[in-house]
Amino acid sequence: MSSLNDRQQNRPVTYSHYTKNKRESSDAKSAQSRVSSGESKANDRAKRKSVQHSTFASYFANHVWALVSTLGSLYRTPLSTMMTTTVIGIALALPAGLFVLLQNVQHLSSSWDNGTQISLFLKHDVKSAQTSELLSQLESYSLISDIRYISAAQAFEEFREKSGFNDALTLLEENPLPSVLVISLANQYPSEAEVNVLMEYLSNLESVDTAQLDMQWLARLNGMIQIAQRGLFIVALLLGLAILVIVGNTIRLTIQNRCQEIEVSKLIGATDSFIQRPFLYGGIWYGLIGGVIAWGLIFVSLHMLKEPVKNLSVLYSSDFTLIGLGVYESITIILIGIFLGWLGSWVSVRRHLREIEPK
Amino acid sequence: MIRFDHVSKRYPSGHEGLNNVSFHLKDGEMAFLTGHSGAGKSTLLKLIAIIERSTRGNVYVAGKILTNSKRHQIPEIRRNIGIVFQNNSLLTDRSVFHNVALPLVIAGYRHQEIGRRVRASLDKVGLLSRETSLPLTLSTGEQQRVGIARAVVNRPPLLLADEPTGNLDPELSKEVMLLFQQFKQVGVTVLIATHDLSLVSEFGERCLALENGRIISDKNSFKRDRIKSH
Repeated sequence: MSSLNDRQQNRPVTYSHYTKNKRESSDAKSAQSRVSSGESKANDRAKRKSVQHSTFASYFANHVWALVSTLGSLYRTPLSTMMTTTVIGIALALPAGLFVLLQNVQHLSSSWDNGTQISLFLKHDVKSAQTSELLSQLESYSLISDIRYISAAQAFEEFREKSGFNDALTLLEENPLPSVLVISLANQYPSEAEVNVLMEYLSNLESVDTAQLDMQWLARLNGMIQIAQRGLFIVALLLGLAILVIVGNTIRLTIQNRCQEIEVSKLIGATDSFIQRPFLYGGIWYGLIGGVIAWGLIFVSLHMLKEPVKNLSVLYSSDFTLIGLGVYESITIILIGIFLGWLGSWVSVRRHLREIEPK
Repeated sequence: MIRFDHVSKRYPSGHEGLNNVSFHLKDGEMAFLTGHSGAGKSTLLKLIAIIERSTRGNVYVAGKILTNSKRHQIPEIRRNIGIVFQNNSLLTDRSVFHNVALPLVIAGYRHQEIGRRVRASLDKVGLLSRETSLPLTLSTGEQQRVGIARAVVNRPPLLLADEPTGNLDPELSKEVMLLFQQFKQVGVTVLIATHDLSLVSEFGERCLALENGRIISDKNSFKRDRIKSH
């Protein structure tokens, strides 16, 4: 290697970046002695502005730089990135997938009415005037929340549509079905005694043929769904916590790996927020990618379930199909992923970044 | 630029890093800081860079008192100090260009300005052609010069160096010292800690000799080999 002196003789080294600085500062000094110091301060500020970003632009530029460079560093360690994001993806996909299934069950059962219902089959010879009288009479009863009237014609139409006996029914000369009053109870889970009293009262009404208590199993199903929802909430909470720990630990390892870089940056005058920025963005990227993986897992799973569910619902003569992830749910999953990723890294950064100080 | 006013530093372990040290380094002055390892050279530099705090006395840099500076004030103070490390502490996963650019990125310089200044700085240390290389592909001397380029790219008024020639052979060491002398010529205040007295004696600069945490001499370094026998 040639010595530095030789090199300077061969090629004049530009001192521009230092000599210029000196000239400027001496200019500023003489200006200071001549005019008020306020003016030279304004000059300084103008000079600084021309080479340095304004506070906001600098902030923005720093953020963009951190965002892109963080993605770059994740890309450079594909294996660990993949492992972390996959674990996050699975942890997110589990509760989200359960949520989708539960939504489907709820959708299925919501085509039936909620809660305990009583069907009042009216006698065939009841006139419409009598029916409306009965309706107003029942509406004043405090246990009853809602009454739906299905006329004989309506009932026949519904039965024809849903039963699949279309052809057979056309052979009938007259409608064999009675009119029905479907009564929903105000209390979704009534006690045995309450129901018995009500049934007694209803079946003794003059225009009522039979009163039938039905759909109690639906109330039970709704009860089970509520338990499942609560359980899902707990599972989601625990897995969310797991994501925080996973991201936090990954970020902790990254911080340890980049210990030297952090030390040097601190010595060069980096602020805490500058140093933590790439780690926070790292967490956000993990969360984002994990969220996308979770979305993909659910999408594929639902796709795999679609065909068997369709076959089953055909057997029940139903046109039920699985509800997939809507745009809203998809965005929510990814946003939750991003939030958990950010939070996990934030906690980790808070804990570990201050421990690293130049020695 | 730097003023130490009866500064003492005692470490929690009880070890006395500095003992009642006072000196004043004027704007644009260059000084060597000599002494055996453990004499307090590093402690003194660390107090200036606020890596450590004095236990007694005050340290002033550019007229500001450092002793009571708050945590959030430290970055701004450090941006006005260029630091050259013995082990050059370059980031091995980035190119020479990006290593040198780091102080400017931290300070939020514009993209074009960063390119311009980094190249000027690399040109100054004679490594413009290596800007895309990774630090580990460079020789030790070149790495040290990249470290110097990084320290001066921000045009700090003060330059500190801790054993900048520690890993270099005599010829390279002299080159590096000449480089520091050139920065002094353009108005930078330079303070260099080194144990290499024979190298120091080749330069006619101020020399503060430390021993057991005290300043034992403050003379011009030129051809004063006998300091060694102290």
